[in-house]
Amino acid sequence: MSALNKTLQIRTSPHLTAGYSVDHIMRHVAWALLPTCGFAVFIFGLAALITLIVASLTCVLTEHVLCKQSGKISSVNDYSALVTGLLYGLTLPPGLPVWMVMVGAIIAIALGKFMFGGLGCNIFNPALVGRAFLQAAFPSAMTSWGPAMASERFSSVPSSLLAWPFQAPDYSSWADGVSSATPLALMKFEQQLTQHADLLSGMTTGSYGETCGVLILAGGTYLAIRKMLNWRIPLAIFVSAGTLSAICHYVSPELYPGAIFTLFSGGLMLGAVFMATDMVASPMTSKGVIVYGVLIGVLIVIIRNWGGLPEGVMYAILLANAASPHIDALTQPKVFGSQSKASSEGPE
Amino acid sequence: MLFQRHPTFDGGVHPPQSKALTADLPIRQFPFAPVLNIPLNQHIGQPAIPVVREGQEVERGALLAKPDGYMSVALHAPASGVVRRIGLMPSITGKMVPGIYLQPFPGATQEVQSGQPCNIETASAEDIIQAIQMAGIVGLGGAAFPTHAKLKAPAGKHIDTLIINGAECEPFLTNDYRVMLEQPDEILTGIHYLLNATGCRRAVIGIEDNKAAAAQALQTCLSGKHTSLTGKIEVVVVLTKYPQGAEKMLIEALIGRQVPRGGLPHDVGVVVVNVTSAAEIGRLLPRGLGIQERVITISGPAVNKPGNYRIPIGTPLRFALDYVGVSDSITEVYLGGPMMGQALPNLDISITKGTSGFTAFTDSQTTSPHHVFPCIHCAYCVDACPMHLNPSQLGLLAKHGEVSKMAEDFHLFDCFECGSCAFVCPSHIPLVQQFRAAKAEVRKMAAVHTGADA
Ligand code: SF4
Ligand code: SF4
Repeated sequence: MSALNKTLQIRTSPHLTAGYSVDHIMRHVAWALLPTCGFAVFIFGLAALITLIVASLTCVLTEHVLCKQSGKISSVNDYSALVTGLLYGLTLPPGLPVWMVMVGAIIAIALGKFMFGGLGCNIFNPALVGRAFLQAAFPSAMTSWGPAMASERFSSVPSSLLAWPFQAPDYSSWADGVSSATPLALMKFEQQLTQHADLLSGMTTGSYGETCGVLILAGGTYLAIRKMLNWRIPLAIFVSAGTLSAICHYVSPELYPGAIFTLFSGGLMLGAVFMATDMVASPMTSKGVIVYGVLIGVLIVIIRNWGGLPEGVMYAILLANAASPHIDALTQPKVFGSQSKASSEGPE
Repeated sequence: MLFQRHPTFDGGVHPPQSKALTADLPIRQFPFAPVLNIPLNQHIGQPAIPVVREGQEVERGALLAKPDGYMSVALHAPASGVVRRIGLMPSITGKMVPGIYLQPFPGATQEVQSGQPCNIETASAEDIIQAIQMAGIVGLGGAAFPTHAKLKAPAGKHIDTLIINGAECEPFLTNDYRVMLEQPDEILTGIHYLLNATGCRRAVIGIEDNKAAAAQALQTCLSGKHTSLTGKIEVVVVLTKYPQGAEKMLIEALIGRQVPRGGLPHDVGVVVVNVTSAAEIGRLLPRGLGIQERVITISGPAVNKPGNYRIPIGTPLRFALDYVGVSDSITEVYLGGPMMGQALPNLDISITKGTSGFTAFTDSQTTSPHHVFPCIHCAYCVDACPMHLNPSQLGLLAKHGEVSKMAEDFHLFDCFECGSCAFVCPSHIPLVQQFRAAKAEVRKMAAVHTGADA
């Protein structure tokens, strides 16, 4: 009888859990990003490797320091700062000076995440906040793209990478390689269309992690299958951006690119799959995520086709992030039984 | 249809079933405890009124207490023995409640006294309803609502469908499953009584697809022995998903009607009766008996001899667990299964009519106190909530103590604490706990308010 006289524990039901956990989800997101990171290193060499490591380390360190400063337990072991760091690094243009990488990473965590109250409270995707800051502060550095597949990419780094703070970076090294104008810029400013084969294989220049849509999709699919990514968001973006650009292309083929080009060029893939799906900054309701995705898709095409910039993914997502609490409020699920009214008789 | 999918409801979760521990074990008779502790109120409503006195000898099946009004049911002696005492005894709520201490005679034959049978051919609806009340039948799925009290539609309502709940979605529990396998005949007889009592033209038995054998047993028995009912009773297999056994979810899955908010199955023309209650009706009414025992599952990793047992009402839980044996590392015992079961502070309570089982765990198998992260808006809970609430929002409001906002704008009182949201939450936020506390708070505020008005 001794076991029966023990003091029992009382907790509230449910007494089981599905076994999900925030750190577990974040670790999987990091794994899903690895192929994309690997490809970035493959086509941009040491520069990509250094940038990704610096970006991640800076994010994680910033988070740790800020937590300690404000007397909280360090939250770096939930891996969210690492994911922010990787994502942020992947959105940067090749050859961006390392010191700028660090500044943006600090901004991403401090301003994009911590100022709002830390994990779960940020309104915007922190990685994009960091990138938006750099875009505003260093517009020319942020639109200078080192070439892909440069022959000396594994033996040296572009001199711009190691530029001293507040010195004009030097972009003259790495002369060969694939053209250092992005497909979007070629389209926008020279009406020159990049081959679809190059776009799909990622053999173009662009931000470190945005060029190979196929690998991004593979990572996204993995997460979607593990239910760690809401597939409705990228799907809504693809459908809306694809349809809208197909219509524009139909009306005026010389001015506007078609659907495939739109989807696989620039940061659309990376943004749609990994940025827009940030759980914290996207809506929660099943209708809301569709509205949100469509909004992003439409904004991207509008900015690309009619705005002054060749690329609009970042702004489109940030705007939609800002709208998502409102989207949520307008699309609250209908409570069970709220449609049917208490009737005096069964419906038969 | 290309993929034939079993009907179900929106939302819900898939906890591990853990039913294999006991699913194939036939129901076995449990021995009598030295003393049975029989509370007078084993149901929702008024406690029964004792008709025996201390020191009186009773035979098994004799009436111990009679119903006090309509919302009350009779109570019968689970064993031949002597009434030792009528007094207070511990209950699950922690309060002491009135009850009868019955000491079974050790060597008695325990033969059951037969009563006045209720003849299905001649009995009127009123007769059946009264017989069900006098047999002491309540919702044996756990709700313990007096079964007879829901068979008559309130004025102005009309009931057309009888739903028999055989979903049994709680992990570990297999008592309903065994009853369906072993007593299909009695279930169908019980349904016959219920159809006559309610005037419904059809009955639908809902069973989750992990219990296909039970559905098969009922179907075979229906087309074999109960051919007169074949057109009226339908066995429907639904998807295995928690909380499929919740009344509202089952009604939606089976016949596509949504019980309105704050409403009852009556409001959509339905009565739901648990499958074991139906079996007891079919077993007891033809012989004019009352409930003396019930089938329960005792399972869980901390139980040495898990199984399905026909156990006398009033058996002390301590005696029951001692009989099946528990491991030394036992830390938790739940009344029912681990999803909705209440954790027991001690083992001083006894088995009542509403007890569907017990599950006992050792520390390693349950939710060890996890690190709680902030809500990351993953929306897992929103997708899981069968009532289509927004548990994340409710949780955030609870954190800030905004309980009236929770109740008014986010439908707190539509939550029936199924636990699906907390089950999936990757941040391990104790959502159900917060919701319970918030409900208590709102009720307290309402009480103070009406008190001030009066
Ligand atoms: S416990 Fe309440 S809020 Fe949570 S899933 Fe169940 S009904 Fe919804
Ligand atoms: S499951 Fe938990 S973390 Fe996810 S949205 Fe709901 S409350 Fe927040």
